[in-house]
Amino acid sequence: MNRTLGIIGRKLGMTQVFLEDGSAVPVTIVEAGPCRVIQKKTKEKDGYEAIQLGFLPKNSQRVNKPLSGHFKKAGTGPYSYTREFRVEGVEKFELGQEITVNLFKAGDVVDVTGLSKGRGFTGVIKRHGFHGSPGSHGTHEYFRHGGSVGSATYPHHVFKGLKMPGHHGNQRVTIQNIKVFDVKEDQNLILLRGGIPGSRNGLILIRGATKKSKRANPSA
Amino acid sequence: MNPVELVEREQLRTDLQSFNVGDTVKVHVRIVEGEKERIQPFEGVVIRKKGGGIRSTFTVRKVSYGIGVERIFPMHSPRIDRIDVISRGKVRRAKLFYLRNLKGKAARIKGQKKQAVA
Repeated sequence: MNRTLGIIGRKLGMTQVFLEDGSAVPVTIVEAGPCRVIQKKTKEKDGYEAIQLGFLPKNSQRVNKPLSGHFKKAGTGPYSYTREFRVEGVEKFELGQEITVNLFKAGDVVDVTGLSKGRGFTGVIKRHGFHGSPGSHGTHEYFRHGGSVGSATYPHHVFKGLKMPGHHGNQRVTIQNIKVFDVKEDQNLILLRGGIPGSRNGLILIRGATKKSKRANPSA
Repeated sequence: MNPVELVEREQLRTDLQSFNVGDTVKVHVRIVEGEKERIQPFEGVVIRKKGGGIRSTFTVRKVSYGIGVERIFPMHSPRIDRIDVISRGKVRRAKLFYLRNLKGKAARIKGQKKQAVA
């Protein structure tokens, strides 16, 4: 499991950046941090070690009493979002400590977690990448169907897990081995190469890569 | 201003001469051949400008040895060394795709003069 501290961010949108040789690189701009350490979960007390971070300060009038007590313990103001990161060695961190984008630098490889865009009830072509039926040569009212769901007498039931239409998206998705293109510390921005899950303004988590792929990081 | 624009703004090229659809331009493109880098000009009529911000592109059309050649350049590409406007043209549309069906005298554009415009 991923045991490195990450950062909470907000997806702002995509654009492109030109390299020196003229090639255009697609990048996603993410507002990441500054986050504060709200709580330290320890083995003795909670059974596991983790750091809880807060992101985007919130008006203190908008926080209920139990939650405001939680933030008071950390000595920080209230935050809109809190998320946990499993970390080894909680002692290294202090309550209220600030975590900023300088956790990462250009060239790092990260995993990005977000909530994918909801697509509602979706057919098999969009949901599972089926190819559909031929557009002509006698196909009749059967263009985007999934085909047969199995045999009859034997096995006499439809197998579990068969790919069928259903709800698609609006799901927690992690994309591994995304390259950090650039970090703008003064603006709390991080530029990631390529796309990431979720809509604009969607909450995302950025962590160091669990698998460091050879492709994304040739020096490692 | 939103941060996406801010990131783009750093890359926008403000040093290039402005031009419009219908103008005849000479685009000087940097080309890398092995180790060496040289500049290759491409001269023709601008028939399209497209997109906004860092993603905008333009298309230049010329007729080379009787064959129409069109080249699409990213407006803010660092590969473009400079753009010279050879002449300004007076046109009534934003996209000059009709030029593809015309040749010779018919494919001329009004208001063009031979000498370079400052």
